[in-house]
Amino acid sequence: MSDLPLVVELTILFLAAFLGFEVISKVPTMLHTPLMSGANFIHGIVIVGAILVLGTADDTFTKVVGFAAMVLATANVVGGWFVTDRMLGMFKRRPEPRDEEKRT
Amino acid sequence: MISDPSVIGLLYLVTIACFVVALRFLSSPRHARRGNWVGGAGMLVAIATTLAIDGIGNWALIVVAGVIGTVVGVVGARTVKMTAMPQMVAIFNGVGGGAAALVALAEWHHVVEPGAEETVSIVLSALIGSVSFAGSVVAFSKLQELIHGRPIVFPGQNVLNLLVLGGASAFGIAAIAGAEDEWVLYLVIGLALAFGVLFVLPIGGADMPVVISLLNALTGLAASATGFVLGSTVLIVSGMLVGAAGTLLTLLMAKAMNRSVANVLFGAFGQVQAGAGGARADDGRTVRATTPEDVAVQLAYARKVIIAPGYGMAVAQAQHDVRQLADLLEERGVEVKYAIHPVAGRMPGHMNVLLAEANVPYTQLFEMDEINPEFPQTDVVLVIGANDVTNPAARNDPSSPIYGMPILDVDKAASVVVLKRSMNPGFAGIDNELYLDPKTTMLFGDAKDSVLKLIAAIKAL
Repeated sequence: MSDLPLVVELTILFLAAFLGFEVISKVPTMLHTPLMSGANFIHGIVIVGAILVLGTADDTFTKVVGFAAMVLATANVVGGWFVTDRMLGMFKRRPEPRDEEKRT
Repeated sequence: MISDPSVIGLLYLVTIACFVVALRFLSSPRHARRGNWVGGAGMLVAIATTLAIDGIGNWALIVVAGVIGTVVGVVGARTVKMTAMPQMVAIFNGVGGGAAALVALAEWHHVVEPGAEETVSIVLSALIGSVSFAGSVVAFSKLQELIHGRPIVFPGQNVLNLLVLGGASAFGIAAIAGAEDEWVLYLVIGLALAFGVLFVLPIGGADMPVVISLLNALTGLAASATGFVLGSTVLIVSGMLVGAAGTLLTLLMAKAMNRSVANVLFGAFGQVQAGAGGARADDGRTVRATTPEDVAVQLAYARKVIIAPGYGMAVAQAQHDVRQLADLLEERGVEVKYAIHPVAGRMPGHMNVLLAEANVPYTQLFEMDEINPEFPQTDVVLVIGANDVTNPAARNDPSSPIYGMPILDVDKAASVVVLKRSMNPGFAGIDNELYLDPKTTMLFGDAKDSVLKLIAAIKAL
């Protein structure tokens, strides 16, 4: 892994906070629930940490802890993504069946 | 196999870019779904890159854990009902926080002679992750009604909470100061778990939007702290993006309830005045009950109708019938809009998802600030299962607990019809003076039944 100086990491953190506020303040109220589940999906990025821990574990304790972390993180990533996709699929301008109903 | 740190770093940068684009695409429902796909692609790049790093082994364990997690995730995401979305988000917050805490624990065990930066981030990651995990589990249990949704309070609660958090922090500082025994971190985690449980217990169902948002922010910060432990920028940035989202939503939700975040967390709201049912007789005003037939006439001959749905509508599973009712009215040439209060559901934006699921086009959904100027030109407002968010006391009565809370100005419409099960006060336990307004009529009964009766009555006209 990269070994950046702490100051650089803190700078990145600081800029990410501002970027986050900037981007997320543009999300309309209507989409706040998908935003939350999407954010859920994104913090599933701890899966990277879980893989690193489990993938380099050489004693039983670390293997057990890493395994549990890996299960949780995978569930987080997969579940978060699918549920967000499912929700966003429901938002429609004019649902098709209604148009057909009107024509007939 | 990749061993060049620059290559790894670049690939992780792709992930970061994808996540930012995904969030950016959420600014409109038109391309939000595409954004989620971009985010998904970014995650795949991160996972593939990490798996390809030199020295990664234990493949069997990784695959088995991955398969278990995937099955749980897919089944959960596919089967969850939209009304249960707050629980779902709560539990995913929990697993994310738990995973961050576990990674910290493993690193603590694993690394010989960690540096100061590493120890600080391990402690923070373990502490925040554990609070988030335990808090989310309690929030989940409350929303799922495994435990009572009402605030659980006892004397000295805030003091105890502070002591527990203080204890967790003290052991955390001890660990940072050089106590290298493994049990120090166990104590941090144990006390942080206890604090997570304790701080969510006194918070009632109506305040859940704030709590879930806050837990979301905490989980993000835990992931970010894990990034410092591992020296991984992708974790630092992604965690912080989530932290920012959660913080923003926490503040928005608190503002929508006109309460400070501190008040939500330590106030234990909603236990006073509960159970004060019935109209107040002292000022001579009474509530007027009406019949589905009368309401049907009112609606069918109106020019403009606004529907103000609340969580009660979702509880009664009436959203599909409400959409049918709206369709029926539109066919008769009535203009129909939906007025969505920010805290209408159990989490930010919840009501919009419930209505979208019922095939209501999102172009009909209006947020509070957009729709409030339209109420004076509206013939009929149909309040379905909403209570406190329509209470004019928030504007008029400085003594009311909800005074100052932004509300839907339904009382400014020409007439108001309230669909309500009974005269019990809402979640906050406050009488609603809207019901005593001379232009308000009440249609009592289960929301779904009432809406079905309205549909039948309008068809019979």
